[in-house]
Amino acid sequence: MIQVRAFCAAVISLFAVLMFAPAAQADFASSLARFAQDEFSETALAIDEIAASGDSRAQQVLEALGSARLFVDPASKKVYWRAATSARTIHDAANGEPVVDPPAGLQVVRINNRLRGATLNAIGALTLMAPDPARRRAAAESIFKSRDASALAPLEAAIKVEKDPSIATLFAQARAVLMLAAPQATKDQQLEAISILRMRADIGAIAALRSTNASADADVKALAADAVTAIEARLKLMSHVQNVWYGLSLGSVLLLAAIGLAITFGVMGVINMAHGEMVMLGAYTTFVVQEVFRAYAPDWFDWSLPVALPLAFLFTGLVGIAIERGVIRFLYGRPLETLLATWGVSLILQQAVRTIFGPSNREVGAPSYMSGAFDLFGLSVTWGRMWIIVFTLFVFVSLLLALKHTSLGLHMRAVTQNRRMASAMGIRTPWVDAMTFGLGSGLAGIAGVALSQIDNVSPNLGQSYIIDSFMVVVFGGVGNLWGTLVSAFALGVANKFLEPVAGAVLAKIFILVLLILFIQKRPRGLFALKGRAVEA
Amino acid sequence: MIAKVFFERYDRAGLIFLGVMATIAIFVPLSNLLLPTDSFLHVPTYVMSLVGKYLCYAILALSLDLVWGYCGILSLGHGAFFALGGYAMGMYLMRQIGSRGVYGNPDLPDFMVFLNWKEIPWFWYGFDMFPFALLMMALVPGLLAFLFGWLAFRSRVTGVYLSIITQAMTYALLLAFFRNDMGFGGNNGLTDFKDILGFNIQAQGTRAALFFATALLLILSYMLARWMVTTAFGKVLVAVRDAESRTRFLGYRVEHFKLLVFTVSAAMAGIAGALYVPQVGIINPSEFSPANSIEAVIWVAVGGRGTLVGAALGAVVVNFLKTWFTTGFLAPYWLFMLGALFIGVTLAMPKGIVGTLQDWSARRRERATYTEKSAQKIAEQGE
Repeated sequence: MIQVRAFCAAVISLFAVLMFAPAAQADFASSLARFAQDEFSETALAIDEIAASGDSRAQQVLEALGSARLFVDPASKKVYWRAATSARTIHDAANGEPVVDPPAGLQVVRINNRLRGATLNAIGALTLMAPDPARRRAAAESIFKSRDASALAPLEAAIKVEKDPSIATLFAQARAVLMLAAPQATKDQQLEAISILRMRADIGAIAALRSTNASADADVKALAADAVTAIEARLKLMSHVQNVWYGLSLGSVLLLAAIGLAITFGVMGVINMAHGEMVMLGAYTTFVVQEVFRAYAPDWFDWSLPVALPLAFLFTGLVGIAIERGVIRFLYGRPLETLLATWGVSLILQQAVRTIFGPSNREVGAPSYMSGAFDLFGLSVTWGRMWIIVFTLFVFVSLLLALKHTSLGLHMRAVTQNRRMASAMGIRTPWVDAMTFGLGSGLAGIAGVALSQIDNVSPNLGQSYIIDSFMVVVFGGVGNLWGTLVSAFALGVANKFLEPVAGAVLAKIFILVLLILFIQKRPRGLFALKGRAVEA
Repeated sequence: MIAKVFFERYDRAGLIFLGVMATIAIFVPLSNLLLPTDSFLHVPTYVMSLVGKYLCYAILALSLDLVWGYCGILSLGHGAFFALGGYAMGMYLMRQIGSRGVYGNPDLPDFMVFLNWKEIPWFWYGFDMFPFALLMMALVPGLLAFLFGWLAFRSRVTGVYLSIITQAMTYALLLAFFRNDMGFGGNNGLTDFKDILGFNIQAQGTRAALFFATALLLILSYMLARWMVTTAFGKVLVAVRDAESRTRFLGYRVEHFKLLVFTVSAAMAGIAGALYVPQVGIINPSEFSPANSIEAVIWVAVGGRGTLVGAALGAVVVNFLKTWFTTGFLAPYWLFMLGALFIGVTLAMPKGIVGTLQDWSARRRERATYTEKSAQKIAEQGE
């Protein structure tokens, strides 16, 4: 008895499931069946029903219909569509699955111009109401750009149901564009549209305002022209702000690359042509650390940069100390020879890296906090660039503090100012030399970690920075960290302001020539050390 | 009498160098043209153009030694003067192509047709005439060096700073010549030359003549450089190198001396570049790359700075090693080798090959005279 009841319950529930599941599908399937009638009126009904269904398969079916890729098998009355990308693959419209062996004699579902318009509107409406916010955004932008008047009706419908405020704004802006261009819109609607577009304030808004309908009221036209001038002024200001921002960003990169050199060249007077290679070694350290993370702790990938920083500092610092002990200490007082020997070191390091890691670019990933961008008063700021500026300033300040407040810093300054007297006071000058060079190299290494985020990590990475770095240090004044800071940012901003006028390459040439001329005027840089220490 | 004056100007190394170079200048082209190919003494054409290339580098090294070895100006931009001379020659050779280019345009070089230019830019005027081009090969680098040096030496930019700005100069030129809009063929440079002075540039005879010209110019450059450094002028140069301030206080206009030697050196480098281009068949912006200029410095350092002969020898030796390394299975190790050369020479052999040899022989002679003297002394005491 109990068994029978249980059996009945099972059967009923099974039926319920069976009945319920096809119920949703049946709707879509019956709409599809209308296509098989091959009647324009039936097809129109099918389009409306499918669009209203909000089904995930709807878009593909409608797109296929619009571009004559929707087929009906006259025998079985089943509907198929062909993929837009390949002529071979036929899909079953009912479930979207590709059909291995499509039936012969498929017929295209015919449409006329009225139906084609209806199809396009339905597709537009579908994307405007798509569940994925990114697609809704894209749809709003596309209407904004195309100014397609037929999209007005679906847009109005979409505005009513939109919940996300940022997308609702986009929809309102798109509607404003359509309103401005539409001859039937009332004056109030158009004035409102202008104020909405004025808020948007970009190139697209200017284009939309310029396309204000010719038959519009004189007031509307005047207001539109007014809005255009306002937006243009704002854009001009924005482009200056943007140039300054890009300049600061470039300046921070220059400062990062040069700050180690400011120590080795500026403080010690050693021409280290292998400085760029220290930057490169730092970048490769990041690569290796990231490889280890990828292999053993992919979930902790965001920690790869914080881990790489001290490692890069240590590694390049040790390499630097080795170079100082092995080569440079024999050449103190012979700066030109130092230049040649360190150039040799740079060739060896480059080739060593090329032998170990190969000559091509290596992939260094960006942790989540380094990728993406945020909007700051209409200025798109990438997180990566932002963090690099912050990081650069952090490094700079820490270096200043280290030089002022640590015993190594004190010894370094003592040795720089008067080597023999420092030695007489019991400072081990050779040890201080090695440490100073190690510090400069280590700074280059952490610069490499940061630069690996914005530049190609290849054996040639260092070479592209060496000349710029020297320029920054020489321009700023040797032996002066503040000078290096000012000169890096000045060169960066100047470069970015020249770029739109002269082009990237010419701007760089111009800066180089200016620097060469500047050095004639002030051979010791912007902020030269004064006094007897200067005379060599 | 004249012969005596002539010979007195040269030391032993210089005389050996002149002798060897004269032999090479005459023997190599003749052997290439006249001796049968299976002869033991025959010099194949490819070897001849390779050696011709080395000799061009030797002239460049000589010019660099003149400023660095004798005047203490370490120029890291001499490659730029070399390349400018090369471009002057390249422009002449481009104009000689005439209507034989790919586009068959009689007035415009191919790359200008490609860029859709309608007429030849003003700075190409006159380059269809060889004498004008010849003048430009020395004048353009010389003028740039004059301008650059006038600015730099007047404001007493010295030592490392000068090295860095010369490097910036060649880097700026590298970037400039890479631009298509400059009108120098952009990235691809100038190539596909047909003939020079009416002779086919590929012909064996032309190549032999070019080789002879290069060897001759190396000899002449050496003689000029030697003349400059052995006269009173040269003594002042060395004084500037060793104690610039002191020389200035003695009343010499240091910047004038520097400027003259820098300009002459740049013109010499330009001529070397001009001879280099027809033998290699191409000139492109990569010749401006700062690495090239630094490499030229190492030739001088290896051979021995301040010896002239050493500079030329160093250029040939290093480039021979480079060819030997980069063509075999050792190719990946060439940069290690070059790097080690930079470090080894500066640390262990600061005087270079020739300088070290001269030191040895001087010391041996000293020892010989010393033993002679002490032997005499002993003999005297014994009496």
